[in-house]
Amino acid sequence: MQKILLLGDEAIAQGALDAGLSGIYAYPGTPSTEITEFVQNSKYAQDNKIHSTWSTNEKTAMEAALGMSYAGKRAMVCMKHVGLNVAADPFINSAITGANGGLIVVSADDPSMHSSQNEQDSRVYGKFALVPILEPANQQEAYDMVRYGFDFSEKYHIPVLLRITTRMAHSRSGVMLNSPRGQNEIRMPVDLRQFVLLPAIAKKRYKNLLKDHATFIDESESSPFNRYFDGTDKSRGIVVCGLAHNYLMENYPGSTIPYPVLKIGQYPLPRKLIEKIANECSEILVAEDGYPVVEELLKGYLGRGLKVHGRLDGTLPRDGELNPNLMAVALGLKDTIGLPVPGLMVGRPPSLCSGCPHIDSFLGITEALSEFSKGRVFSDIGCYTLGALKPYEAVNSCVDMGASITMAKGAADAGLVPAVAVIGDSTFTHSGMTGLLDAVNDKSPITVLILDNGTTAMTGGQTSPGTGKLEDICKGIGVEESHIRILKPLKKNHEENVRIMKEELAYSGVSVIIPRRECIVSIDKRMREKFRNK
Amino acid sequence: MKKDIILAGVGGQGIISIASIIGYAALGQGMYLKQSEVHGMSQRGGDVMSNLRISHDEIASDLIPFGKADMIISIEPLESLRYLPYLSPDGWVITNIQPFNNIPNYPDIEQVMAEIEKVPHHIALDADTTAKETGSAKVANIIILGAASPFLGMAYEKLEEAIRFIFGKKGDSVVELNLMALQAGRIFADQHM
Ligand SMILES: Cc1ncc(C[n+]2csc(CCOP(=O)(O)OP(=O)(O)O)c2C)c(N)n1
Ligand code: SF4
Repeated sequence: MQKILLLGDEAIAQGALDAGLSGIYAYPGTPSTEITEFVQNSKYAQDNKIHSTWSTNEKTAMEAALGMSYAGKRAMVCMKHVGLNVAADPFINSAITGANGGLIVVSADDPSMHSSQNEQDSRVYGKFALVPILEPANQQEAYDMVRYGFDFSEKYHIPVLLRITTRMAHSRSGVMLNSPRGQNEIRMPVDLRQFVLLPAIAKKRYKNLLKDHATFIDESESSPFNRYFDGTDKSRGIVVCGLAHNYLMENYPGSTIPYPVLKIGQYPLPRKLIEKIANECSEILVAEDGYPVVEELLKGYLGRGLKVHGRLDGTLPRDGELNPNLMAVALGLKDTIGLPVPGLMVGRPPSLCSGCPHIDSFLGITEALSEFSKGRVFSDIGCYTLGALKPYEAVNSCVDMGASITMAKGAADAGLVPAVAVIGDSTFTHSGMTGLLDAVNDKSPITVLILDNGTTAMTGGQTSPGTGKLEDICKGIGVEESHIRILKPLKKNHEENVRIMKEELAYSGVSVIIPRRECIVSIDKRMREKFRNK
Repeated sequence: MKKDIILAGVGGQGIISIASIIGYAALGQGMYLKQSEVHGMSQRGGDVMSNLRISHDEIASDLIPFGKADMIISIEPLESLRYLPYLSPDGWVITNIQPFNNIPNYPDIEQVMAEIEKVPHHIALDADTTAKETGSAKVANIIILGAASPFLGMAYEKLEEAIRFIFGKKGDSVVELNLMALQAGRIFADQHM
């Protein structure tokens, strides 16, 4: 069979299709989005009725996947790392219920924060939940790990966490495929109380999980993804996780590495292999993308045991993505660098597209608020976050999805009136609705702008779960109909829009303003598709 | 043979097409390939770059080490300078000289050109104008690819084959246009190496 070129994300999706997937559940989030999109665009998936529509958020995705696993079929749930915060409740508890059909949770970390608000390490969650973790070093492993992970999940009735990083997700390489296998039939859990986490049952299941954890360590000892390469120079042993292995290899082109190397791709850590490298080598260098998870474990809090180098002692930087040069320095090899960047260089940050509907909304709200002191606009995550930058400087916060409404409410509770929330349509249904209910129940004097561009634009224009339903949702939550105002954010409507915004700012209860105009990139895409289908 | 290539430009300028063409040509010759791209924000106009590595031997890292790139191929002059720390001492910069000016503080273009002139090995051409002369402003990226073609370590015909394959779905006239663009870039490079 010939190798095909796949992004890391695509390799995971293809791996899932070939391993007998029945459903993929996800909310978009860079760099994980392409996994689900690959399944959505796959003819094989359509022919085999594999579920792949977007979920409203990561928690609903995780729970739906758990439900599919309950019914005995194989399910995958995908998210970016911060999505796992949203899905943390079902994720942690799914380790206690266990799985029935194979269940893989893919979490894509973003070291160096290429497109995220933090660089949290999902392996910490895996350890927290006591589930096995797989971490690929290349696209082939990413592909292979999916089938392995489903089999592991079904063998031990446990969800498996597949941890990737941006570099893995968005890098392309050749992958050799297996022949596809069919889906599972519906098969109920053997014990129908397995998923009932009443304390009496949960206690038993937790003890079970603790017992199984020892077995998971044994599995890690013999895993094809954990490999020990002996070396002659025992002055140093090297433990590399995931992609760090590649950066190590890059520094020894065409020659063998003199030191013993332990390559890690499956957790919990293989105890005997760790013991072997620790016993044989005078000191250990640990290289891992993300947090010093393995390093901390090997070093111990007081560092009185093993001599361990890595991110904690400055051998590698404490934050940011690894690369071949950082690895060279850590190994004491010669670093390389090309020409310096000329002094005239300036940044070219992304900015709102010209013609973007958000621009008109920002110009409107900034003018409507001009008579008040600055700093009253709580915002959220999406294209509109760029409204924080020049030339708009229209919003004052961006924390986590949904936080605009609830932070505005808290600020209003503290007496900051008017307080404004600016939230995108997709973010609103993801995590804004519950906060709006809090505000309605408290009659908080806040003005919420739901910027309805009809799409989830930031991550590439996926469908937005609330499209066509936003007014009804707000009414249903209890916002008074007379304080739900729909605008068309266009330059020619500016005066009118500012007037409406001012009216609602003056109202001392919850108002919702919905500026509605389609994202221009999304119009563009729609037109091109129409043209192509003609 | 092994080539480490930095592709640079501004979102929407077509660096991914360049990567696909080189990639297809490389795979056709049984080479290994790793290509790491920066995706993410769907808004237009931010800087984008891609690490493209092709080799007859297995490739370890997805990222090209600093000081090791054989060439920087850029569709925008300022962007060609952003990644100079990656360039190896005998590496080439192949760049468009037409600025994409979407920022308020774009440096003086004369000074940008002066910096490009300082790079020991470079080819700088007006791909936008050449593209229009060839038949469409859209093929500026392929003009640049043509100008980079002498340095890719593969036969020119392999790139032509790749263009035929990749643009084949879009019809003969699109294929022809891109082949002409490739050639226009190549001729410029041959005259200015
Ligand atoms: C918990 C979480 N999940 C996913 C993301 C990724 N993400 C950031 S913005 C965004 C979409 C925002 O869509 P919308 O609110 O409609 O705003 P738009 O970009 O369309 O303006 C997504 C999915 C995230 N940052 N956090
Ligand atoms: S992608 Fe759409 S929503 Fe985002 S900045 Fe561009 S026009 Fe605005």
